[in-house]
Amino acid sequence: MAKIHVTTTVNGEPTEFLCTATQTMLDVLRDVLGLTGAKEGCGSGDCGACSIIVDDRLVCGCLMLGAEAEGRRILTIEGMAEGDKLHPLQQKFVELAALQCGVCTPGVLIAAKALLDRNPDPTETEVRFGLAGNLCRCTGYDKIVRAVLEAAAEQKEIAR
Amino acid sequence: MSEHRYKWVGTRQNRPDGADKVTGRARFAADFNLPGELVGQVLRSPHAHAVIKSIDVSRAAALPGVKAIVTGADFPEQPDQVVPAGEMQVNLRDVTRNIMAKEKALYEGHAVAAVAATTADIAKKALALIEVEYEKLPHVIDVREAMAEDAPILHPQMRTEGVTPTPSKASNIAKRLEFTKGDAAAGFVKADFVIEREFTTQPVHQGYIEPHAALASASEDGQVQLWTTTQGHFQVRGFCCRLLELETSQLRVTPSEIGGGFGGKTVVYLEPVAIRLSQKAGRPVKMVMSREEVFRASGPTSGGHVQVKLGATRDGRIVAADVTVALQAGAFPGSPVGPSCMCSLACYDIENIRVVGFDVVSNRPKVAAYRAPGAPISAWAVESTVDLVALELGMDPIELRLKNAAKKGTKTHYGPTFGVIGMVETLEAAKASAHYRSKVKPGHARGVAAGFWFNIGADSSAAAHVGEDGTVTIISGSPDIGGSRASLAMMAAEELGIDYDKVRPIVADTASIGFSFVTGGSRVTFATGLAVINATRDMIHQLKLRAAKLWEVDVDGVVWQDGEARPSSTNVGEFEPLSLAKLAASASRTGGPINGHAQLNAQGAGPGFGVHIVDLKVDADTGIVTIDRYTAVQDVGTAIHPSYVEGQLQGGAAQGIGWALNEEYIYDARGKLQNAGFLDYRMPVASDLPMIETLLVEVPNPSHPYGVRGVGEVPIVPPMAAIGNAIARATGVRMVDLPMSPPRLSAALDAASPRLAAE
Repeated sequence: MAKIHVTTTVNGEPTEFLCTATQTMLDVLRDVLGLTGAKEGCGSGDCGACSIIVDDRLVCGCLMLGAEAEGRRILTIEGMAEGDKLHPLQQKFVELAALQCGVCTPGVLIAAKALLDRNPDPTETEVRFGLAGNLCRCTGYDKIVRAVLEAAAEQKEIAR
Repeated sequence: MSEHRYKWVGTRQNRPDGADKVTGRARFAADFNLPGELVGQVLRSPHAHAVIKSIDVSRAAALPGVKAIVTGADFPEQPDQVVPAGEMQVNLRDVTRNIMAKEKALYEGHAVAAVAATTADIAKKALALIEVEYEKLPHVIDVREAMAEDAPILHPQMRTEGVTPTPSKASNIAKRLEFTKGDAAAGFVKADFVIEREFTTQPVHQGYIEPHAALASASEDGQVQLWTTTQGHFQVRGFCCRLLELETSQLRVTPSEIGGGFGGKTVVYLEPVAIRLSQKAGRPVKMVMSREEVFRASGPTSGGHVQVKLGATRDGRIVAADVTVALQAGAFPGSPVGPSCMCSLACYDIENIRVVGFDVVSNRPKVAAYRAPGAPISAWAVESTVDLVALELGMDPIELRLKNAAKKGTKTHYGPTFGVIGMVETLEAAKASAHYRSKVKPGHARGVAAGFWFNIGADSSAAAHVGEDGTVTIISGSPDIGGSRASLAMMAAEELGIDYDKVRPIVADTASIGFSFVTGGSRVTFATGLAVINATRDMIHQLKLRAAKLWEVDVDGVVWQDGEARPSSTNVGEFEPLSLAKLAASASRTGGPINGHAQLNAQGAGPGFGVHIVDLKVDADTGIVTIDRYTAVQDVGTAIHPSYVEGQLQGGAAQGIGWALNEEYIYDARGKLQNAGFLDYRMPVASDLPMIETLLVEVPNPSHPYGVRGVGEVPIVPPMAAIGNAIARATGVRMVDLPMSPPRLSAALDAASPRLAAE
C-alpha cells in the first residue's frame, strides 16, 4: 500500500511523516513519531487516554486518521510543559496527587487544558462534564477535579 | 488524624514518578519497543463451549511476513497442582489451558492460536487464515444453572471437592466450603425475629485503562527478557518458567509502569505466548490486547448468588447468621469464594455462624482477583440484610452495627481472633462525621454499609544504597500501582533523618532485587515498607560501623541522628558529626560501598474496616440514581502519605459505585459477551460522581514500626450495600440484584408501585 506524505505541526515543530491510509493519528504519534505519551485504552473514542488538541479542538487520537493531520497544528502531552517548566495543570496534578497509576493522566491533562483554554473559570460541574470523556479507574476523579479547579483559580490570580 | 510525630510520615510529598507521569515520559508496557520486533496477535474462540477437533495453520504460515505460529501444542502439559496467584489460587493444569486452549475452547474469547508477523496487518490476515475445526457443545453462563444436575459439564474429570464421600459424577461445582462458629441452628431459636433474603451480583471487570501488553525477547542461548505490565513480575517469571520449562535464572522480567491492575494483573495471559513466539521466530515479539480482548479474555471478578439469614433479638443483637455464597469462577476453578465467605460476617461479633461457599465453573473467562476479591459480593448481601434488621428494629444503622461490631478478642468464623482493630472507631467516626450529622435533603435518602478486608503481608525484598555523594536509592521488587514509591521513600527518609528528596526509590527487575510477592492484598506499604525500613536500618548500622572506624571507637559509641553519625555521649570522645555525604566520600577507606539489605515474610498485617455513607436521590420515572454526597470512613492504621490513602478510598468507592449502579457482563443466548467495550460497559465518568469525602481513622497496626495497615481494598466493599440501603430508604423498594441500573431499578419501581399505592 502506497504511503501518504503528511506535512503538519506537532508541538510547535514542523513535522513530516509517511502513513498508510488506515493508520490513526494515535498510531502515527506512537509508532511513527515516537511520541508515546498518548495511550490507547480502547481504540474506540470512549476512554480519552489518547486525547490530543488539533487546531484548538480536543480530539481522540484513535478516532482521527494520520492523513487528516495535513496542515494542522497538533498538541500532545509531550508539548504541554514549556521547556523544563511544567504547565500549571501538570504541576497541580503532582502536588494534589491527582493521579495514581498515571496511564489516563496524559489524556486527562490535555482535556483539562482544552477546557481551561475555552473556559478559564469553570465550575465543578463544568470540570466534571469537561472531563467526562476521560476515564480514570484509580482516583474516583475527586483529586483530578480539585487539581483542575485549583489550577484555574491560580491562573486567574496570576492574570489579575 | 493523629498529631504528626514524624518529619515525613503523614505528610503530602510529591511522588517521585510525578513529573514523568504528567509529561507522558513514563513508560507503560505498550511504550516499550525493540529493534526488529514482531507483532503478536491472538486468535480467539468465537464459541462459548466447543471441542477443538483440529487446527490447520499451514495457510497462515505460508503468508509472507509470518514468522511464527503457536497453538496449545506448543505449551507442555502441566501437573494438576494448585499454586498461589496473587490473592487467589490457580491450578497449573488450568493456567496453561487458559493462556492457550488445548482440547476445548471454554469461553468466547478463549485463545486458540497466536501468530507473530512483521506488521499488525499481516498478523491479522494470518489469524484469518488459521483453520480451526470446532464441534460446538451446549454451554452454561449462569451460576445457578451451572450448578444444576443436568448442566453442560465443562470439565469431565472434575469432582466436587469438600464433599464426602467424593462424588462419582462430574459437576461444575469445583468446591464446597463451610465455616462454622457456635451453633447457627440453635442461635436462630434464640432470635426474636429472622430475616432471610437472596441476592445476586453480575461479573464486573477491573477496568484498568491500560490493556495487557508484553514484549518478549528470547535469545539463541536460551536467555529470555520480558517487559510487561504486571502487579507481580516475580509471579510472571514463576508462571512463565513453569509453563515454558525455563529455569528461573533464564528469564528476566522488567515491570513497566502499570496502568491500573486492581488484582487483574496478577496472572499471565500474553506473557508466555509472547515468549514462545519469540523463541520460535528468533526475534522480539510485542503483544498488546485490544480493549475488546481485555473484556472477553481477562479478569473479570465473579458474579454470585448469595443467601443470607440473620436472627436478632429485639435489643439489637444479631445472634445467628447463615450465609451461602455461590460464585462463578469462569471456565476454570478458583473463584474468590473463600475470602467471600470469610469476609461476609467479619465486621460483626456474632455468636452463631454458618457460612457455606460454592466455587462454580461456567463458560465465561476465568475470573481474576479484583480489589478485596469476593468480599464485595457477600458484603452486598449481608450489609443489605443488616439494614433490613435495622429497619425492622427502627434502629439507627450505625447504632445497630456498633452494638454488634467486631473488636479486639472477637473470634472470627474462619478461625483467627482479632487483635487491635478499628471497626468500633470507624463506626464512631462515621457517626460523628459532618455528613452523618447533616440533615438529609428533601427528596434524598441516606444509606450506610460497612466492609472488611484482611490485608496481607508475605514475601518482600528491599535494598538501600548510599551513592557516592550521600544520596540514597531505595530498591524494591513491588510494582508501584498507586504511589507506593512515595510512601517507601518517606519511610526511608524518616528512618535516615534526611530529606525526602535525597531518597530515590525504584522498582527493580527480577534479576536486580530478591523475590517479592505481588502488589496485591494491600500489602506493599505494609510488607515492602517493612523490608525497606529494615534495609534502611541495615544501612544505618553500616554507617555507624564506618563512623566508629573513622573515630576508632566501638560501634556502640555511635548513634545515628538527623542524618548523621554522632558520638553517643561525651565519654566516647569529641567528634564532629559525620553526615551521609562525608561517610559516603570516605567509604572506600572504611570498607567499601555502603548498602543495606532486607528480606522478610511479613507477619501481622492489620485487618481493615470501612464504613461508607451515601446520600442519593432516585428518579422514579427513569430509575436513574444521582449520588449527592458520599463519605468513606476507614481505619487506615497510619497514613504514610495521606493523599494517596485518600485516593485509595476515593477510587475504591468509585469502583463500588460503578458496580452498584451500572457495570455488568451481558451475554446473549449463544454465550457471547454483548458489551465488550467502554461504551456499553459503563464505568463511572467524572460527571457521574460527586466529590468523595474521606475520613481517615488511625488505629495503628502494632506489627509495623509506623503502624501501617493496608488500605486499598476495603473501600470497594461497602458501596453496593450503602447505595442499595439508600435506595430502599428512598423508594421503599429493596433491590436484591446488581447492578441497580436505570432499566432494572425503574422496572422494580414499576412492579412495586401498585403495592405501594395500595398501602
